Amino acid sequence: MSSTVATPAAEPRTNYLNVDYGWKSWVFSTDHKRIAVMYLITIAFMILVGGSFAILVRLELATPAGDMLQSETYNKIFTMHGVVMVFFFLIPGVPAVLGNFLVPIMIGAKDLAFPKVNLLSYYIFLVGILLTLLAAAMGGIDTGWTFYTPYSSTYSNGQVALAAVAVFITGFSSILTGLNFVVTIHKMRAPGMTWFRLPLFIWAHYATSLIILLSTPVVAITIVLVALERLFHVGVFDPTYGGDPVLFQHMFWFYSHPAVYIMILPAMGVISELISAFSKKRVFGYPVVAFSSLAIAVIGFFVWGHHMFVTGQSTYAGVVFSVITMLVAVPSAIKVFNWVSTMYKGDIWMTTPMCFAIAFIGLFTVGGLTGIFLGTMGLDIHMHDTYFVVAHFHYVMVGGMVTAFWGGLHFWWPKMFGRMYPENMGRVSAAIIFIGFNMTFFPQFILGYMGMPRRYHFYPEEWQVLNVLSTAGATLLGLGYLLPMVYLPWSLKFGKVAGKNPWAAKGLEWETDSPPTTFNFDKVPVVTEEAYAYPEGARHQPEAKVV
Amino acid sequence: MSSTHPHITPLKVYFLVFATLIAGTWLTYFVAYKDFGWLNTPVAMAIAIVKAGVVVLYFMHVKWQSRLTMMFAAGGFIWLFTLFAFTLQDYFTRSWMPLYQ
Repeated sequence: MSSTVATPAAEPRTNYLNVDYGWKSWVFSTDHKRIAVMYLITIAFMILVGGSFAILVRLELATPAGDMLQSETYNKIFTMHGVVMVFFFLIPGVPAVLGNFLVPIMIGAKDLAFPKVNLLSYYIFLVGILLTLLAAAMGGIDTGWTFYTPYSSTYSNGQVALAAVAVFITGFSSILTGLNFVVTIHKMRAPGMTWFRLPLFIWAHYATSLIILLSTPVVAITIVLVALERLFHVGVFDPTYGGDPVLFQHMFWFYSHPAVYIMILPAMGVISELISAFSKKRVFGYPVVAFSSLAIAVIGFFVWGHHMFVTGQSTYAGVVFSVITMLVAVPSAIKVFNWVSTMYKGDIWMTTPMCFAIAFIGLFTVGGLTGIFLGTMGLDIHMHDTYFVVAHFHYVMVGGMVTAFWGGLHFWWPKMFGRMYPENMGRVSAAIIFIGFNMTFFPQFILGYMGMPRRYHFYPEEWQVLNVLSTAGATLLGLGYLLPMVYLPWSLKFGKVAGKNPWAAKGLEWETDSPPTTFNFDKVPVVTEEAYAYPEGARHQPEAKVV
Repeated sequence: MSSTHPHITPLKVYFLVFATLIAGTWLTYFVAYKDFGWLNTPVAMAIAIVKAGVVVLYFMHVKWQSRLTMMFAAGGFIWLFTLFAFTLQDYFTRSWMPLYQ
């Protein structure tokens, strides 16, 4: 008798992946989850592109002589590495993939507020990528990802205009995603999902979206002004026409410094989720962590001048920017202390995501503290444009954002695709990434402090040992990144089927199916408890830890 | 406050705003030929701000939106102000005496 009754396990429910298989159902989909998957695939491709440029840079720097690439080619390679990684991976990575997938589910909504705008945002992003790759194929650019004038506006012979248009267009993708998140979080929360019941991932995305909305238009108009100057000789940045090159830096960093927080804030949101789930505890000082995201978003707008201490900016303005830079460290430190306090006396389960989360705390702390060095005017004069800066921002962006991205991707992978990844492989990958990362970038702190300038492909022989160490570390790091790119797709077919809540974690996303249905929930969820409402002294089930 | 029904603005309002913008444009042109000394830029900026204000309030319907929308609209201008203010603090202090001599 029982053989005639289809059990739920034998007949998988319709979900967003199996609801339709035609290619049109993907490319015209307005389902936030499918768009997130399209972003994931696109961004994975861009990691490979940006990573290839990084490998070329490190190979060149393995020897003191500039013997592999010509100077001009080297300039183009590191510029393309920066442009691709910053605009097509670091900025959209967490919000466009994990944010797109999870923001509606975590607040109990069916989709984002503007699903068609969400799809439009993806295609704008794609156009930006295609134009950037076209610029690379047509000769590339050699200005550095910062496009500093007057080099970019007057002297560079590369495809600056095309690359600038690409960045300009990509900015709109960012703006539309930010707008979608803000409206969704304000208007589409499930009944009972009050602001102080929101997961910290949502708070982080809300703060990020505010930054995106307020700062991205400025970089767009800055790029338009560069184009106007190149084409019509309108004097804005070029002194020949009565402009000021330092003005470009003001306008550029008004966006690009907050852009650092666009990269790191969503990553911090991910870490809050991971630490809580795998410590089986509510995040320590939840309201303070939530407000620290907003504080970082606001204060982060007033520190941009610390990029300009040695570029002609008034010393008095420098002092103001330096002092405010010290202030932004406070909310960042609050987060770190609160994550550690959350772990204290928690039942820590060292899964792959938790390994990444702990790695994040260490690496981000190093990155943040060295930022204090660079925000101090006197020290910055010594270390400006050296490898110390390169090491610092890689610790924040790669050690921070990328580590959190991997952690988040592993954590929500079972939710996104309904399959578990191989846990031991994940841990191995996390360990390789952590070791490889430190091997790559820690020597660069020393090199920078000794005076090795960035953006040169030859250097005195006495710096070779540290450079070789860095290149060896980069190889290890590359291997660490490639591993998940192999076993995660493998798990789609061969991974163990994940239940609704393989981590026994709290949150609306763990109450719906894995993978979720097209509209996320069968009926609108009603929220009756705070976020991370783990009982006092909660413990992970021993059998769960076997995973 | 916001409602489920979109606000319908009478055509008369649009024509009045259009007339205001044309008048503002004419005024900008007119004052450009007058010398107000140091007030030249503030006068031109004041006219531009009024014109932008009517566009935002009437053409973009912010006048009839919720306070939340108004706050977001205002936020954009406040942030623009901070961009100007913090950039100008550099320009205004460049000629000051250096901190160390």
